[in-house]
Amino acid sequence: MSLTAEFYIFILAVLAGFQVISKVPSILHTPLMSATNAIHGVILVGALILAFSVHGAFAFTIALVAVLFATANLVGGFVVTDRILGMFRSERGEDAR
Amino acid sequence: MTVTAQILYMASATAFVLGVRLMGSPATARRGNRLLAIGMIVALGTTVMVIPSFSHVIAVLGVVALGTIAGVWSALRVRMTAMPQMVALFNGLGGGAAALVAAGGWPATSGSAGWLALLTMILGSLSFGGSAVALIKLQEWMRGVFWGMALRVVGILAILAAVALAVFLGAVGTAHLSAAILLMVMSALSGALLTLPIGGADMPVVISLLNALTGLSAAATGFVLGNQLLIIAGTLVGASGTILTQQMSRAMHRSLGTVIWGNKIHAQGGEASEGSVQPITADDVAMLLRYAKKVVVVPGYGLAVARAQLEVKQVTDLLQEFGVEVLFGIHPVAGRMPGHMNVLLAEANVSYDQLWEMERINPRFPKTDVVLVIGANDVTNPAARTQAGSPLYGMPILNVDQASTVVVLKRSMGKGFAGVDNPLYFDVKTRMLFGDAKHSLSALVRELEGIA
Repeated sequence: MSLTAEFYIFILAVLAGFQVISKVPSILHTPLMSATNAIHGVILVGALILAFSVHGAFAFTIALVAVLFATANLVGGFVVTDRILGMFRSERGEDAR
Repeated sequence: MTVTAQILYMASATAFVLGVRLMGSPATARRGNRLLAIGMIVALGTTVMVIPSFSHVIAVLGVVALGTIAGVWSALRVRMTAMPQMVALFNGLGGGAAALVAAGGWPATSGSAGWLALLTMILGSLSFGGSAVALIKLQEWMRGVFWGMALRVVGILAILAAVALAVFLGAVGTAHLSAAILLMVMSALSGALLTLPIGGADMPVVISLLNALTGLSAAATGFVLGNQLLIIAGTLVGASGTILTQQMSRAMHRSLGTVIWGNKIHAQGGEASEGSVQPITADDVAMLLRYAKKVVVVPGYGLAVARAQLEVKQVTDLLQEFGVEVLFGIHPVAGRMPGHMNVLLAEANVSYDQLWEMERINPRFPKTDVVLVIGANDVTNPAARTQAGSPLYGMPILNVDQASTVVVLKRSMGKGFAGVDNPLYFDVKTRMLFGDAKHSLSALVRELEGIA
């Protein structure tokens, strides 16, 4: 895919991101932040591609550190967000689902 | 990449956008988070599917297992008051990972992708260094810092040197891992030095900014590796961090520049407040609340510092049994990160229908009988509305002074973060209940139980 096409994707993602995120009320800003935190754990995709293909001990070590960081970021982010949202309760008895 | 893989990547990008959309309401937010997690599993599965050859499978899977254990363990263990530290930690890990992936992928790039790899190394390492220092400061392992201006100057010099090095490396056009390491160390150092002098009260802005930075570095990695999913997901995070940074700066009435450059707020503006304060005892507060119809509680970070969330919940439960309507009015910067106070109260089992944000609660104050201000100061200061000379002038506040009676729980007559007098305390309808918030609230619980 060309750089131009990737740039289109980037611009559209900026627009979509601003649209959906500006609708999140401030009551949910902490879980929003910790969920988006987990989303940037998507860098694990890049770390895995690198770790499976790289040659040389030094480069492999770098890739492994990246895999470790990204995994902890991704898994921890989703688990803690789920834990936070589990605490949000409504008076009408509907828990956050 | 195969067509199947393309479709699966697209499905996972869709799950990301829809998942964030579902986070727009407390009733669906948990489902949203789970949809995000499913999108992530699809993304990872697809990635493994399209990788042409596997080497070092055991080692890589072992490290993934290790990261999973570390992530789950810390996520289940962290206290809600420590959420800002947790977010800083994950920001640092994500930024560091993005920089390392860019460094590792750099030798295989050509042309513009090489430049983007260098940019990603700088952005990711900045976020890594800044987040590490933010974590240390939030955890209070380190207090005040001297030579703030000198640190900022060295930090700026370090980032300029890093950019110069990157331009040189990009122009030479051959990739060296040792040069990449040097570039990352310089950028991380710069991020750390620039974050060091920033005060604790500015942390909601800093955390949001680092979040945006990490998201953008993940997106930039997507350009380096030619991976559209990384671009979309990273950009979503970047947009979220940018919006939160703007909202936090506005709510604190501080520009991003003032936060980073740390121009001290000078207290000489604004009129000194005259008059005497009127103290009150816990049993009088109990009577006042018992016979009120509408009560609004305004919690600040002082409440969390005193760990008094459970006592607040007890007070509001008792009042509701008496038929008093109780709401919470929450200022956007109540806490150490965006939305922090809502989580702390939710943890104490306060239902989210009772948590009202500033824009929604403000019109209710004129109809409110008693406002209970607990550990909040600047965000209730009417000078922000009335005194054009005050440093707080123009800051959005909770208009508690419009209620019939205001009771302020406060340790002493100390000034708020901005160092300005709060005329609210000298208002004829304000009563001051001095003492530690936890003790005052426990006394209030006893008195209310006595009435019943």
